[in-house]
Amino acid sequence: MASSSRIAANSTIMRTSELIITAFNALKGNILRTLLTMLGIIIGISSVILIISLGQGATASITNEISSFGANLISIMPGAEQFGPARGAASMLTLKHSDALAISDAKIPGIANVSAQAGTRAVAIANGENVNAQISGVEPAYAAIQSLDVQTGAFFDQGQVDGLAPVAVVGPTIVKDLFGVGSAPVGKLIKIDGKPFRIIGVLKAKGLSGFVNPDESIYLPITTVMKTLLGQDHVDDIMVTADSAEAVPQVMESIKGLLLNRHRITDPKQADFTIRSAQDAISTLGTVTGVLTALLSAIAAISLVVGGIGIMNIMLVTVTERTREIGLLKAIGAKRRDILAQFLIEAVVLTVSGGLLGMALGTLLSYLISSAINIPFSISVTAIVLAVGVSSIVGIIFGLYPARKAAGLAPIDALRFE
Amino acid sequence: MAPALISLTGITKTYATGDVDFPALRGIDLEIADGEFVAIMGPSGSGKSTTMHIIGALDTPTSGTYRLGGKDISKLDEDQLAEIRNHDIGFVFQSFNLLPRTTVQKNVERPMMYAGVTAAERRSKANQALKLVGLEDKAGNLSNQLSGGQIQRVAIARSLVMTPKLILADEPTGNLDTQTALHIMEFFRALNERGHTIVLITHEEDIAAFAQRRVKLKDGLIVSDSGEFYDHAH
Repeated sequence: MASSSRIAANSTIMRTSELIITAFNALKGNILRTLLTMLGIIIGISSVILIISLGQGATASITNEISSFGANLISIMPGAEQFGPARGAASMLTLKHSDALAISDAKIPGIANVSAQAGTRAVAIANGENVNAQISGVEPAYAAIQSLDVQTGAFFDQGQVDGLAPVAVVGPTIVKDLFGVGSAPVGKLIKIDGKPFRIIGVLKAKGLSGFVNPDESIYLPITTVMKTLLGQDHVDDIMVTADSAEAVPQVMESIKGLLLNRHRITDPKQADFTIRSAQDAISTLGTVTGVLTALLSAIAAISLVVGGIGIMNIMLVTVTERTREIGLLKAIGAKRRDILAQFLIEAVVLTVSGGLLGMALGTLLSYLISSAINIPFSISVTAIVLAVGVSSIVGIIFGLYPARKAAGLAPIDALRFE
Repeated sequence: MAPALISLTGITKTYATGDVDFPALRGIDLEIADGEFVAIMGPSGSGKSTTMHIIGALDTPTSGTYRLGGKDISKLDEDQLAEIRNHDIGFVFQSFNLLPRTTVQKNVERPMMYAGVTAAERRSKANQALKLVGLEDKAGNLSNQLSGGQIQRVAIARSLVMTPKLILADEPTGNLDTQTALHIMEFFRALNERGHTIVLITHEEDIAAFAQRRVKLKDGLIVSDSGEFYDHAH
């Protein structure tokens, strides 16, 4: 009994591989029609691959950027929590420099660095040249938070912040624009918004980090910026780094309690500030790209359904065209399931070929687009499994009705068909 | 007396065409012994095609009994009939005998594939059968690269591979020129001399002349039978 069932299994495999070859031959017989039929599947699968691949690439790119200014980073912004990015809340006045100092002084366990930030854009003049620069008032800890390295000279220290010193640390692009390549500007004067500052340090080139480019920025002591340039006592935001990514939630909680207390707010829902971590930003991004990917995939799925209907249509035509062939096969001993299998396999071969072509096309397109818009190119195993899996399922679903129709033909009707 | 290989008793077949029932067969009694070469003849509409369908297990009778090799197969379902056709009957049709886009070899192997014969055995049996019809050198050709006579010879080879009880040839020379037709009929005669039972459906006298026994149908009834077997039965 066991050996006979093994023989049956072997013959099923043998028959299936034979039927796949037969199906290929049938499809090769009318190559143009085959390609046109597969087009829907090709477009559907390549769109899905393209969307998934570009989505992953974009997410990876933005995640890298966020991580580059620290997975341990926590930022506190003025204004109540709101949906969407809160950058526009900088105009709110609820966050004071004293809040930042209080966070520093509170010795909250897990905090590594704290720096408030107050910025503006202003014209900087030196050496007879001028440049419109991002002016950032920060504290010494900011250099550590943003991993800013000084090329020559030094970053300002706490004493210079406390003393409202008129000193500046400038980015390399600013130096190049004002003093030229290979200059030594440390010790020279720079006028910002008409006020003189002495350059005490030049940063190493770093490139875009998150949303700011330190190379094109001028860093001043925050106290100096607030008093001399802006005449304000509120700050744009406070940046805090935790010792480790694991400490982030606890630190956020502590800061929230401290600030609520300082602002005399009892209901946390009424908080006049927003605390966010880079991790939040990454997960928010993940949600956004996930929703976007799902949406676009749904559209691509529609094209797969349309493609499937195309397959069904052509398979019905094929069954009619090959009625005599079906009659002959039945005459020489094909059973219902043999005919069913043959046409089902043909439909699946059709859709899987389309799926593989679509995968190749989608991969090629996403590679080209990734390199064009400079995001990392990645193609996942999931995408390949998806392409083959979905296209086989489409083939089975839309091939079933024509195959059943073929299998159900009476031998004499099929033989007599003109 | 040896039991008949084919035994049709009171076979009728009625087709429902719209509101009117059309009686294609109105009571056929026919016995064919093992090793006979019988031609079933008649003009179109005589019921010879319907008889062929029933003998070939391609269709079931409306009433009556059909025994093939002693087994009643008139009440079998579709898949059981497929098995009978696969194992017990070899078919040679007038046209559309071979699968397009498929090699001669694979065409001949096809019935064995449905029977679950191993690939190696299929290959050797197909080669043997092709050798018998003198087409072993055409094994790799596609059917559209063959002449009409060669196609019929391949069909004969295919009809033999399952060593069936019966070879059923439905107008096998209908699409051939006279010369080739006679050549093909020589093959059937040779097969019969080797012991194969052959039932030939034809409307041509000179083709039917190759058979030892001629059964003539008209309006769904047997009107003459040259065979002694038939006479004994009555």
